[in-house]
Amino acid sequence: MSDVAIRAEKLGKKFIIGHRAEEGSVFVDVLSRGFRNALRKGADMLQGRAMVEGDVVEEFWALRDVDFEIRRGEVVSIIGHNGAGKTTLLKILSRITEPTEGRVSIKGRVASLLEIGTGFHPELTGRENVFLNGAILGMTRAEVRRRFDEIVDFSGVERFIDTPVKRYSVGMYARLAFAVAAHLESEVLVIDEVLAVGDAEFQARCLGRMSEVADAGRTVLFVSHNLAAVAALTKRAIVFQSGRVYFDGPIEEAVAHYATSLRKIKNNRNWGKGNSTSLISATLVDAGGMPTDRYEPGTPLRLRLVLETSGLRGMSLELVLRDEHNLPIGFYSTSVFNQVSLPGKPGQYECSLVLEPYWLASGEYCFDLMTGLTNVDTDHRVDNALRFFVERCSPDAIPFNFSQGKGNGALAMRLAGPVEFTELPPAGQEPKPGPG
Amino acid sequence: MSTFDQDNRPLILEAGRADHQYWIDLWRYRELFFILAWRDVAVRYKQTVIGVVWAFVRPFMTMVVFTVVFGSLAKLPSEGSAPYAVMVFAGLLPWTMFASVLTEASVSVIGSANLISKVYFPRLIVPLSTVMVALIDFLVSLAILAGLMLWYGVVPGWQILLLPVFVALALLAAIGPAIWAASLIVKYRDFRFIIPFVTQIGLYVSPVGFSSKVVPEHWQMLYSINPMVGVIDGFRWCILGGDSPIHWPGFVVSLVVIAVMLVWGAHAFRRSERAFADMI
Repeated sequence: MSDVAIRAEKLGKKFIIGHRAEEGSVFVDVLSRGFRNALRKGADMLQGRAMVEGDVVEEFWALRDVDFEIRRGEVVSIIGHNGAGKTTLLKILSRITEPTEGRVSIKGRVASLLEIGTGFHPELTGRENVFLNGAILGMTRAEVRRRFDEIVDFSGVERFIDTPVKRYSVGMYARLAFAVAAHLESEVLVIDEVLAVGDAEFQARCLGRMSEVADAGRTVLFVSHNLAAVAALTKRAIVFQSGRVYFDGPIEEAVAHYATSLRKIKNNRNWGKGNSTSLISATLVDAGGMPTDRYEPGTPLRLRLVLETSGLRGMSLELVLRDEHNLPIGFYSTSVFNQVSLPGKPGQYECSLVLEPYWLASGEYCFDLMTGLTNVDTDHRVDNALRFFVERCSPDAIPFNFSQGKGNGALAMRLAGPVEFTELPPAGQEPKPGPG
Repeated sequence: MSTFDQDNRPLILEAGRADHQYWIDLWRYRELFFILAWRDVAVRYKQTVIGVVWAFVRPFMTMVVFTVVFGSLAKLPSEGSAPYAVMVFAGLLPWTMFASVLTEASVSVIGSANLISKVYFPRLIVPLSTVMVALIDFLVSLAILAGLMLWYGVVPGWQILLLPVFVALALLAAIGPAIWAASLIVKYRDFRFIIPFVTQIGLYVSPVGFSSKVVPEHWQMLYSINPMVGVIDGFRWCILGGDSPIHWPGFVVSLVVIAVMLVWGAHAFRRSERAFADMI
């Protein structure tokens, strides 16, 4: 237990946010709204609560039930789309804000870099800002002085070190700022999106420095949208989605999960409706009938769809399977392949489809759904209706993971019989076809 | 930002946890205090033509105006045999320092929003570091006072040795309400408009342009609830010596008010600072 550097238990952070109600913008409305808001804010103030702008107030959990452990010397990345709670987590870990519930225990000195160049003052020179920024990041003056030459050297702005930073170019500014940050000494380092600045050469230098830091046996938490950087620097990743831990494990899988979690958010859209039929929902289910987003290759592919029909005859339900490049790799139609059409009685129906086992390569897939008169007209079409992924594809227990990323397509093809080689006679001795 | 871990005990972060280490942390972050104070001083007169001369001009002009208005026009009495200008200046010095700390410190926290939302440190450092600028301006003005005393031939008594005590008292009197206001301003920006109002009114309510002896004896105790009354009286006592005796019971009242506001301010600030980053 002693080598756990960071442990989070049931961590949660709540914010109160305000919305603007959908109301008229007539003068009287605006006036009465303003009056009501002023009353509410006044009441908040009397009770010592923070004020919230907006007409309707609601709670919002930026983080909820977050549990994880990070061992000393581990380098872990935190990934997740915008608003997933990454930055809130970093702010809690770096003591900028307090959790609403749960707790974190941290062993060792924490240095956090939520941005570079925090507190840089434009009027001060580069040299002065190095000391200022160093102190803000928690370095002592002696520490900064000891590493000053290294910092300036790393930044590459020696010539301008006594120029006010307001005369610096954006690149120089970022380089100097990163140089200070890169020389922080602490057991636990928390880094947020630092690599989002500077040119490619500078980013490469930052990455190099990051991996040095990581190799030096320090505990590093690294947040980034730059998946390439994440994959290069870390072995383990925690994926956040809507304030919760969505996945925690090896980086390769985490990146795949991140992609799915991203799509999932996008899928929370309104599917709309067709003229006489409407597709309502689609889920992938496992053998036990539970919804899932993972498909185990080599098992039946089970789908559960909900749709509504007006009872129009001859309507067909169709699926298109697409790989991660969005290329179609499969098609199914109830009327073409099975001569089945949608029920003739109006109403809502749940439809179960069990497709054959396929050996789909690991990676992401999606289904497009359609209803319509086959080859005549499409009534309701939902693209990317259902996303799922395959974590590992190893048909016949092959020792590696066959993935879409290998460039060999989405299907591991299997034989129906043994591989046979029959020797043919050498090419030169082939009997010549006789004349006539 | 940096969390020190000398005794190897893990740092626990959870809701409402009273941070026993706070005052120790404050001490550990003293370098940040000095560097922020130094930054404010270094930046203050950059890109101005006459630079630090501004520190002379402002209090000097105020003194001239007050001497003319209260001394020559309203013909208010000075203290003992002291020249009116010296008496005004001896009151103006602590008042200017008080007002500038109150003004600067109360908006310092929202002015450092970028630091507070990105880095951890004991937040109290931010308002406290503004004290340095006020103190340096004060020292500059003190030089003017010395010149003025030389001009009028006023010789201070042994009481002048106690001046640092009253300087500290003026600062403490400002810090209490300033940090309270600072924590309120983070939540309710309304107070940002109230503070300038307070310093403006305070200038005329406090015995700056006139002597506190102008106030009738039986009102002295009540008048001393304004903590600056005690502080300014103390200043005049230090500088003018026997010409300006302190009203001791009133002084004790001022002292108590200063102490109460300091404790209250620190308490209010500590209670709300944990949520600063969420509200700022």
